[in-house]
Amino acid sequence: MKTAVDIDKTQVAEYYRKMLLIRQFEEASSRLYMQSLIRGFLHLYIGEEAVAVGAIGSLEPQDYIITHYRDHGHALARGMDPKACMAELCGKATGSSGGKGGSMHLFDAERHFMGGHAIVGGQMPIGVGIGLGIKMKRENGVVMIFFGDGAVNEGEFHESLNLASLWKLPCIFFLENNLYGMGTHVDRTHAAGRDIYKSAEYYDIPAIQVDGMDLLEVREWTNEALRSVRAGNGPYFIEAMTYRYRGHSMADPVNYREMSEVEEWRINDPIDRFKALALGEGLITQDELHVIDTEVAAEIEEVVRFARESPFPDNDSLYKNVYA
Amino acid sequence: MAEIIVREAIAQGLREALEQDENVFLLGEDIGEYDGAYAVTRGFLKDFGPERVRDTPISEAGFVGAAVGAALVGLRPIVEIMTINFSLLAMDQIINHAAKLRYMSDGQLTVPMVIRTVTGGGAQLAATHSQSFEGWYASVPGLKVAVPATPYDALGLLRTSIKDDNPIVFAEHALLYGVRGDVPSEYYDVPFGKAAVRREGADVTIIGYSRMAHVALEAADALAERGRHAEVIDLRTLRPLDIDTIVESVKKTNRAVVVEEAWRTGGFAGEIASEVQEAAFDYLDGPVVRVGGLDVPAPYSGPIEAATIPDAGRVVDEISRNFAI
Repeated sequence: MKTAVDIDKTQVAEYYRKMLLIRQFEEASSRLYMQSLIRGFLHLYIGEEAVAVGAIGSLEPQDYIITHYRDHGHALARGMDPKACMAELCGKATGSSGGKGGSMHLFDAERHFMGGHAIVGGQMPIGVGIGLGIKMKRENGVVMIFFGDGAVNEGEFHESLNLASLWKLPCIFFLENNLYGMGTHVDRTHAAGRDIYKSAEYYDIPAIQVDGMDLLEVREWTNEALRSVRAGNGPYFIEAMTYRYRGHSMADPVNYREMSEVEEWRINDPIDRFKALALGEGLITQDELHVIDTEVAAEIEEVVRFARESPFPDNDSLYKNVYA
Repeated sequence: MAEIIVREAIAQGLREALEQDENVFLLGEDIGEYDGAYAVTRGFLKDFGPERVRDTPISEAGFVGAAVGAALVGLRPIVEIMTINFSLLAMDQIINHAAKLRYMSDGQLTVPMVIRTVTGGGAQLAATHSQSFEGWYASVPGLKVAVPATPYDALGLLRTSIKDDNPIVFAEHALLYGVRGDVPSEYYDVPFGKAAVRREGADVTIIGYSRMAHVALEAADALAERGRHAEVIDLRTLRPLDIDTIVESVKKTNRAVVVEEAWRTGGFAGEIASEVQEAAFDYLDGPVVRVGGLDVPAPYSGPIEAATIPDAGRVVDEISRNFAI
């Protein structure tokens, strides 16, 4: 669809800053992984920034977010402290979960960021329950439930869509279709092909497919979904077509796709594209971009320093919070 | 004091919670219009309405996960999973999610929910509907597991479960709903991790829970006819486990038998036996004996199903064989 540029200058600068922050955070975490400061699984969000920033940017403080294990982008887009986030990746005591969760399990309850969840599809029924809670408490919020194309063949996906629609819950199902469930292309996993959003129609949920490399398109349809859900019409389903430039995780040798495919997607890089549009429309200047670039680079440097210098947790913390 | 049955005790606990706390609600299959598969929630829909007595589709992962989510935002859901066999379809939500979120968020999230479910065999429902998985759940840090045997404990443990801020697996035995017992009219609760000594004796300690607590008592009656006195311990909760009460008893009797309906192989009785021998090895006159379900899928036919489940005769035989008493 054609995207009207109905956006003010402050927002343009903010969106650009957020996308750049996420990309540079991910590049920095990749470096820390290569230096073995980050271990375990590390799933990078590079290439998908327009989805998290375009979608989460339109949410209100009372709204909730729940997502999958490729969660750094969503956490940062929601405003989670990048230091606490990076320290968590490094397993440090100053991390958002004191080093107990790691990359796949980021939480910021104060900002209603209800996690990073690492069992594919497992976050979806929980998201539905958050929607149920919002509705039963007569609150005005919505819950945005992120998941990938790998989740849509799980039973929990179908159970979640059915419950949310049956109970008319304030849920936005946000599919980030990056074409691969780990190393397996969606064409080889989903009987109905790439237009996964159509499966929501069976559950009587309005659904749309958007260009996930275009922040403004993501934003526009998110706002449309928010209007519908806040009006009490029940859930909405958005499928954002997107792409991760890097492997599934740092452990992935990426031998299931051609580099030419990656290069093709890079032509549509969400940050470059947004920058070009903003410059073309006179919504930002080269000087302003340069200031943001410099500030983000300095922030990332500080984030990495903080994570590096933070202490590891004590064994004393081991038994804390097993139970409330 | 009133004499009621287990079904009424649980219904009373649920009613109280719904009346006293607007954040409590029930959800599960056929709990509303149908009045509950085991009739525990009979009449609830009329009294509390469809929002708080929420019928769900047959969608265990979906509605258990929904309860987890509702708990995260401040509600206190009580989920009914029609039987513990069906809880396997929701195991991802129970074990990978409900039990972990508090820890993985380092205390940012809390999951105050009760999962009521029906355990046990003996009703000729065959292999897929007669299992006892409460011991599996008891091995998971982050969960608590209650296994009441009497109306008093059913109400008292349910009250404690609903007030608790953690995910609780509350396993009700299908054959105990009609068991009678006295329940005080004034408020009380039963704390977790405090076993009940149901009968005192000096010759052998018989440890059981849920329906096997009753079997343990029957075995003690049979032993008494022979002039042997068994001490009977009803665990009430598997996690936390009251190992102190067991060890204290074993130090007196020097003999221990654990009776459990679950399969003997890998059963929770093995855990208890290990704890006892580690804590009281020098006091034991013989091995800690396990009397468990036979290692077969539960058969349908009455006589052969009965042979798979421990009964008083088998408990007494095992005691005689191992301890020559």
